[in-house]
Amino acid sequence: MKKSLLLFSLTLLFAALLSLAIGSIFISPADLWKILRGIGEDKFAFIVWNIRLPRTVLVALTGAALSGSGAAYQGLFRNPLADPFLIGVASGAGLGAVLAMTVQWPYTFWGLLAIPASSFIFALLTVFIVYFFARVGRAVPTTNLILTGVAFSSFATSLTSFFMLRSANEVRRALGWLLGGASQSGWTAILAILPYLVVGLGVLLLFGYRLNLLQFGDDQAQSLGINVTRTKTVILVAASLATAAAVAFSGIIGFIGLVVPHIVRLWFGADYRRLIPLSILGGASALLFSDVIARVVLAPQELPVGIVTALAGAPFFLWVLRRVKNQGYW
Amino acid sequence: MLQIRRLSAAYQTRPVLRDISLDVNNGEVLALIGPNGAGKSTIIRALSGVIPSSGEMRSDGDDLRALDATQRAQRIAVVPQAISLPPAFTVWETAAMGRAPYLGFLGNASSRDDELTRAALTRVNALTLSERRVGELSGGEAQRVLLARALCQAAPTLLLDEPTAHLDLHYQVSLLELIRELAQEENFAVLIALHDLNLAARYAHRVALLVNGTLTAVGSPRNVLTSETLSAAYGVDVVVAEHPFLNIPLALPK
Repeated sequence: MKKSLLLFSLTLLFAALLSLAIGSIFISPADLWKILRGIGEDKFAFIVWNIRLPRTVLVALTGAALSGSGAAYQGLFRNPLADPFLIGVASGAGLGAVLAMTVQWPYTFWGLLAIPASSFIFALLTVFIVYFFARVGRAVPTTNLILTGVAFSSFATSLTSFFMLRSANEVRRALGWLLGGASQSGWTAILAILPYLVVGLGVLLLFGYRLNLLQFGDDQAQSLGINVTRTKTVILVAASLATAAAVAFSGIIGFIGLVVPHIVRLWFGADYRRLIPLSILGGASALLFSDVIARVVLAPQELPVGIVTALAGAPFFLWVLRRVKNQGYW
Repeated sequence: MLQIRRLSAAYQTRPVLRDISLDVNNGEVLALIGPNGAGKSTIIRALSGVIPSSGEMRSDGDDLRALDATQRAQRIAVVPQAISLPPAFTVWETAAMGRAPYLGFLGNASSRDDELTRAALTRVNALTLSERRVGELSGGEAQRVLLARALCQAAPTLLLDEPTAHLDLHYQVSLLELIRELAQEENFAVLIALHDLNLAARYAHRVALLVNGTLTAVGSPRNVLTSETLSAAYGVDVVVAEHPFLNIPLALPK
């Protein structure tokens, strides 16, 4: 556990430094070191402190939130393919965010706070709707979950487009947001989502053992001594808080919440007390790497990071689907 | 000792258990038998608090209804059928979850908890499987791991829901033998739902026959497993013969 945490922390540190160094202007490790100590060249220092650092932090937080909540949704639905994007929660949260944005584009701090709040409400609504339609008795079969998620996702995305087109003057900016670009970020956005993230991920970190017990199904979890309904509700709300925080300013980024927990599970086993923290660290690193790729592929133009994660994640999804089908095992 | 008085339960408005009164003594294995849908599993689910019910339930005198889920899990351990277990946990992890009702919120096991887990796995002869994933086990192995988990719960009452249903004869016999030994060694009160009448006759001290949510007969296998009682309960002609080697009845369709 300690070794794996250290390994994942070092990876995250490396990803963060890479994200600070790489972009339309390359900053060498030596220069970066100077800047971080406060003695670098002014022009570069400005880029690092005011553009790249907030972006790096936001991307890392977003990845952490998507991957941590992905792991939690997988545990909650007892389904390896649950991911905030695939089950529609991300699109629901996105609709909430866009609604808040189109009411008035938030230039003020309070306006910024309204976005994650609205995201959160819509994320929760989505979870309940999707769960309600997908469940058969007490189980949530994969096919139902994904089909319901996709159907709801299209619905929410269409509404999102409608609201964006209606408020024509902000379309371009919102479109960039929708495809998952953190380019419009700043320290205020980070401050606005931080409370949601801390509460959401904090609760998930504490509920690892409860998630382990829930893997045996409601009856067994109850007979092992946990209050199933209350526990599930808390985890659901926490995961949705984290998802909403991620979506509010970084848009809809798919597959991070699926791929990262899955790799962690393959390497380190199914114990959620390990899975949640490692997914959080791993998700932050994975999205930082994706964001770096998104910045360099068509430089100086930037790709929305959602394109990178989908290109890498969708084939992975198909592989997992096959694996689950073949051995009923994850 | 497990005491059940006037236990009733319903799914929606359909009553599935009516006025069940039954005692299971310490050191005793009591088999619940009866046709499918008679309510055998429902009794177990009501006792473990998974479904709502009315009536009185006591374990060693403590009113189970007054206890929260954690306290109840310290009095009653349930061994479900070993189907659809989460496959990715190891055998050790799965058995150790029986300690859950004694652990703090984060679930950190002390060295004493580890010792108890080791002892339980040893007792069911599954310690060598510790590092294996549950998804790779045979039905009989998985069932033993669930029994180890129940032993870790250190509860005076053990409820088993058709634990032999998916096992071949060898595993059925060895599991039930183990359960009977455990009842005597640990002084457990064991209530076990079984649908094989002959296994019930062979391994239970007493048998309770459940038909349509009502107990129609309780007593020694010889008293309950009679041709008239079983024929009426199952709606087929049943003959009862003598086991050629043991002093127990054998029930067969005519």
